[in-house]
Amino acid sequence: MSTPVMLGIPEIPPPAPRGVGNLRGEEKFPNAARRALADTQLRRNLGNATTTIRTKRAQVVAELPDWEELREAGRQLKVHTMAHLPGYLEQLELAVTARGGVVHWARDANEANAIVIELARAKGVDEVVKVKSMATQEIGLNEALEAVGVAALETDLAELIVQLGHDKPSHILVPAIHRNRAEIREIFLREMADADPALTDEPAALAGAARQHLRRKFLSAKMAISGANFGIAETGTLGVVESEGNGRMCLTLPETLITIMGIEKLVPRWQDLEVFLQLLPRSSTGERMNPYTSMWTGVTPGDGPQEFHLILLDNGRTAVLSDSEGRDALNCIRCSACLNVCPVYERTGGHAYGSVYPGPIGAILSPLLTGIEDNASLPYASSLCGACYDVCPVKINIPEILVHLRAKHTETYAAEHRVPSAEAAAMTAAAWVMGNPKRWTLALRSGRLGRILGRKRDVIGDVPLPLAKQWTDARDFARPPKQTFRDWWAAEHGAEQ
Amino acid sequence: MNAREEVLARIAAAHRAAPPPNLPYEGISRDYRTTSDSSAEELTELLIDRLVDYRALVRQCSADDLAGTIAGALADRGAHTVVVPSGLDSSWTAGLSGSVLTDGLLAHYQRTVSELDGVDGVVTGCAVAIAETGTLILDGSAGQGRRVLTLIPDYHLCVVLPDQIVADVPQALARLEATQPLTMISGPSATSDIELNRVEGVHGPRTLEVIIVQNERSE
Repeated sequence: MSTPVMLGIPEIPPPAPRGVGNLRGEEKFPNAARRALADTQLRRNLGNATTTIRTKRAQVVAELPDWEELREAGRQLKVHTMAHLPGYLEQLELAVTARGGVVHWARDANEANAIVIELARAKGVDEVVKVKSMATQEIGLNEALEAVGVAALETDLAELIVQLGHDKPSHILVPAIHRNRAEIREIFLREMADADPALTDEPAALAGAARQHLRRKFLSAKMAISGANFGIAETGTLGVVESEGNGRMCLTLPETLITIMGIEKLVPRWQDLEVFLQLLPRSSTGERMNPYTSMWTGVTPGDGPQEFHLILLDNGRTAVLSDSEGRDALNCIRCSACLNVCPVYERTGGHAYGSVYPGPIGAILSPLLTGIEDNASLPYASSLCGACYDVCPVKINIPEILVHLRAKHTETYAAEHRVPSAEAAAMTAAAWVMGNPKRWTLALRSGRLGRILGRKRDVIGDVPLPLAKQWTDARDFARPPKQTFRDWWAAEHGAEQ
Repeated sequence: MNAREEVLARIAAAHRAAPPPNLPYEGISRDYRTTSDSSAEELTELLIDRLVDYRALVRQCSADDLAGTIAGALADRGAHTVVVPSGLDSSWTAGLSGSVLTDGLLAHYQRTVSELDGVDGVVTGCAVAIAETGTLILDGSAGQGRRVLTLIPDYHLCVVLPDQIVADVPQALARLEATQPLTMISGPSATSDIELNRVEGVHGPRTLEVIIVQNERSE
């Protein structure tokens, strides 16, 4: 029996569209990574920062005797929510509307950007203040606003460093993680008209310079744009978790607030925040609680913006939801713990991933949102060590999804090419060899030839042959032993029969 | 089909292509802690430890000494002009010699942003304090003010009453109404954006001082 399909409804939802936003890199990961690895300053900055945050996270996680129970509750809450998304979205919409908010829906980045531009025009503003938001980075909102003459001012310190440095974010939580204090001081002195020439590179002095630079803007802003860490279906409450107070400034001072939220950011009930407000701060900044969390429901007369718009964004999320093995990537709460523990991220940094979502979560989320063909190299940007899974506060099995996406990529490639890939040809050959004991024994003995290659360093490094080069470029092989296991067994125990 | 209908139809299509697991809301396992057997004294001690750890200043006093303690804190700070939210217990500020502005919710009683920027500090109460995380929660009700009130002044003095201290996050949320405008505050404004080290003092109040009123019965 076939399921009846209504006309006009796609059976598999479309991915995030091309040509807009920041989900696709300009080059393959290995090429970008090679350049990043050659930057010793970058590697030092990243090494220091990720070591600091890993230690802090481990300390505050160890303080909670029920950490594993919280993770499991977080996972189940997310799984449940994704299974009941339509009902919860409608409930959220109803609750926000009832309290004076306006809810908009956006199929993709273009539509979300157009809604914001329309609202900015209606209010006649040429400048908006922004709270750090991954969703707006993802859809390229700043670029879209700039194209129509509206300046989007980033107010998070790290986002400000990135914006003033004409740079790109390289981390979910700390977009300027690739910059050290001396570099930040240089950027401030160069780009901030009001910076004191005597500014030192003390972090407190740098934070003070940002405070002074943004204060007048905050106090006079008419429109703010934010993301949301969560939206509560039951009550219509939205929440932003932050540190500096720039979020509070944007969420309370302007007359109009626009919040852009991915449809996966929902939680069913108010009580469910008791789980996520414990998991998120400890996982992201390694604090028991972040300095400020703001929660608001629609419009509160006399307190904060008197006009509130919520934009619910798809942009490929429903495509992720239609992949039964990949959909758990939507459960991500953007803590960035997986970036901080990843041996690949720690060495290459975030820019190499091309997408605004870097690191292990980015290596699965980006290709799931865009379709595997547009981010085909990312699922391979991992050693599958599993550290990301261990720290994930909602237990997303990132290594398993990476392997799933590699398989998907291989299948997509095979379906589109008549000539098999080098890897597929090698696998076919291996299957033929392994299918017969005599061929297998012979092949193992021939492996001893590899001893010649590895005689210098006792490992096999770069092999300048086609096929072999692709594999050995980034990997060392152990030098094969003089005797194969089978030969040793035969010598010790006598050949069978 | 409008965007709303299409997004909902896409979700339905995704669920058809990949049927989700059946996990009812009531079936979600919640084996984490939601109660605590710590005494009031232990919770107060923990709260102080956590506040100090995140660089908040802390004073303790008895209910009778509250006005004097507030006056002392403001004098030490050198704060002459302070703002308070409407509904704040007037006895708290009775001993102040400087000027005390009141800010109300109604437009007519609201101080302008530049007025708030010009005061030396703000004095408020709170709704709940979480011992385990060192968090103060303000919900906008009487004596706590609208959200900008505790944001613009550079110094925030917050009073915590004995029955407002709870052990952990679940117990705090259970006491709150989600639809109130809520601000959770854990220490002064800070950032971890420079080399992932916490530095206090960005856009919010750079100094947070907390007065914890001691329970009379525990004396």
